[in-house]
Amino acid sequence: MRKQRDIRSYPGLRTLSLVFFAWLYLPIGVVIFYSFNSNRLVSVWEGFSTKWYVSALQNDALMSSVRVSLIVALFSMIFATTIALLAALVITRAPGLKMRRVSETVVNLPLLLPEIVLAVAVLILFSQVGLNSGMFRLVLAHVAFCTPFAFMPIRARLQGMSLDVEEAARDLYAPPLTVFRRVTLPMIMPGVFAGAMTAFVISMDDFITSNMLNSGGGTTLPIYIFSLIRQGTTPELNAISTLLILVSLILATIVLILNARAMRRDG
Amino acid sequence: MSRQSAIEIAGVSKQFGDFTALDHVDFKIQQNEFFTLLGPSGCGKTTLLRMIAGFETPTQGDILLNGKTISDSPAHRRKINTVFQNYALFPHMTLAQNVAFGLENLGWAKGDIKSRVDEMLEMVHMAQFARRKPDQLSGGQKQRIALARALAPKPEVLLLDEPLSALDLKLRQSMRDELRRLQRETGITFVFVTHDQEEALDMSDRIAVMGNGRVQQIGAPDEIYEAPENRFVADFIGETNFLDGEVTALDGDTATIHTALGIDVTTTQSGVTAPGPAVLSIRPEKIGLEAQAEGETREGTVVSRNYMGGFTHYTVEAGGVSLRVSRRNAQARADRIEVGDTVTLGFQPANARILGQ
Repeated sequence: MRKQRDIRSYPGLRTLSLVFFAWLYLPIGVVIFYSFNSNRLVSVWEGFSTKWYVSALQNDALMSSVRVSLIVALFSMIFATTIALLAALVITRAPGLKMRRVSETVVNLPLLLPEIVLAVAVLILFSQVGLNSGMFRLVLAHVAFCTPFAFMPIRARLQGMSLDVEEAARDLYAPPLTVFRRVTLPMIMPGVFAGAMTAFVISMDDFITSNMLNSGGGTTLPIYIFSLIRQGTTPELNAISTLLILVSLILATIVLILNARAMRRDG
Repeated sequence: MSRQSAIEIAGVSKQFGDFTALDHVDFKIQQNEFFTLLGPSGCGKTTLLRMIAGFETPTQGDILLNGKTISDSPAHRRKINTVFQNYALFPHMTLAQNVAFGLENLGWAKGDIKSRVDEMLEMVHMAQFARRKPDQLSGGQKQRIALARALAPKPEVLLLDEPLSALDLKLRQSMRDELRRLQRETGITFVFVTHDQEEALDMSDRIAVMGNGRVQQIGAPDEIYEAPENRFVADFIGETNFLDGEVTALDGDTATIHTALGIDVTTTQSGVTAPGPAVLSIRPEKIGLEAQAEGETREGTVVSRNYMGGFTHYTVEAGGVSLRVSRRNAQARADRIEVGDTVTLGFQPANARILGQ
């Protein structure tokens, strides 16, 4: 019997994969490992300790930047997802919509523009209209570049969903809002959730725009971390990073599970 | 006094850009009727069904439900329900929730909804699956739920869009009987769309044969088959032989045609308005061979023979014309006709029909 020629049996593939994943995840592993180091020097292992987590959580400036980031990300996520959902509904469902491609490009434009351009533009605009409040400015700016990220998965699900079920709902006496609430929305929920999570993470992660709009009461976590690094790395940074990795993993897992469930149901 | 018709299609046309999907369609569907829209794909039958349901609006004309126009009311206000071709069940709801959906929108009381859902699931033999989701069902089971869901709100008309086309052959036959039974039991007017003539002939009280955006003929299954009004209907329903010819005499519904076979046939006609070119349509099973050759007869040569089990089809060439002749199994086995044999064929003029060009 001839052995099945499987891609996994190619010579060197195993080694190559191991090297690749080591390169990808080793730095992250190092961060997590040293976050439990009790030594003040980041790269010298002394013993296991969780004191840097305690110290990070007791650092007021750090905690305040986490709070700013969370609030900004939460509101950016809500607004960006709502706008993206409405845009996706019109673009995929409106009969005889003119300039469908143009509308889609306009929604997606922030993806194509270099972020620094957007950041400068927003900064100039805000100073001209005299908008100074820290967090409000951040939310407005973040919504602009988070919307396309929320838009893409929602539109993909709306396009993949057969129109028959919506027609069936109308046929069974459901007025338009009921069709949306009881049929369309539940069916595209995995896309909406994935879009919202992406928007949240993109907002949390943003540096360029947030740095440009940095002000008292408007310092986000990435900006604070950057300022810490300029004074030399501290083990506290490792602890914060590990916590961020944990939160991201939880969110990504939830999105994966929801999508897999929806695929099985609709498949 | 005539009965109020359930659905009236009054001068309905539908344009999609330059394409005319429906061209001045006019007919009435009676109460409690099993009415079928039959035609090849692209004939406009699905467009018409979607207009009755409210998913499309006519470019011209009016649609009436029980004598009142519904052209202006949206789909969710029409007391009409649809069974969709690919079922269109709500995947995120259980079967019971699927069936209850229409009743909830109509504002039925909770208790009434529950008993109606139980009754409907019972009716389609799916009661034990009430808590399942649609992805756990086979095609036939989905079909039953789609039926139960559409019948639950007691619609005045039920529309069925090729509901059997996704099922395998055996299941299709039993669903046909099931649909007939449900129609009789509920007394609801069924409007059934199909491209399958056998399905249409088997199930319908009346059939509208559609082609090229027009209604070609409306009638009971035997009328459609035995007395097609034009070439399109004769060709689409069942099989037939068309013999080119020249009408030499015309007297109301009767005409005389001189056919390419070299014989003159006098029989009923439709669509012939003046003497001139026309065709004679004669079904393969109405042509007799040898001992069964009656009426107008000719000599011919058998050029092919296809054994189909229940039937055997012969192609016989006579006077430069090829004719398809079909024999039932027992007859064909007794005849022992082989390719190359010279045979006598014949048909009764009454079984043929002259059709205009």
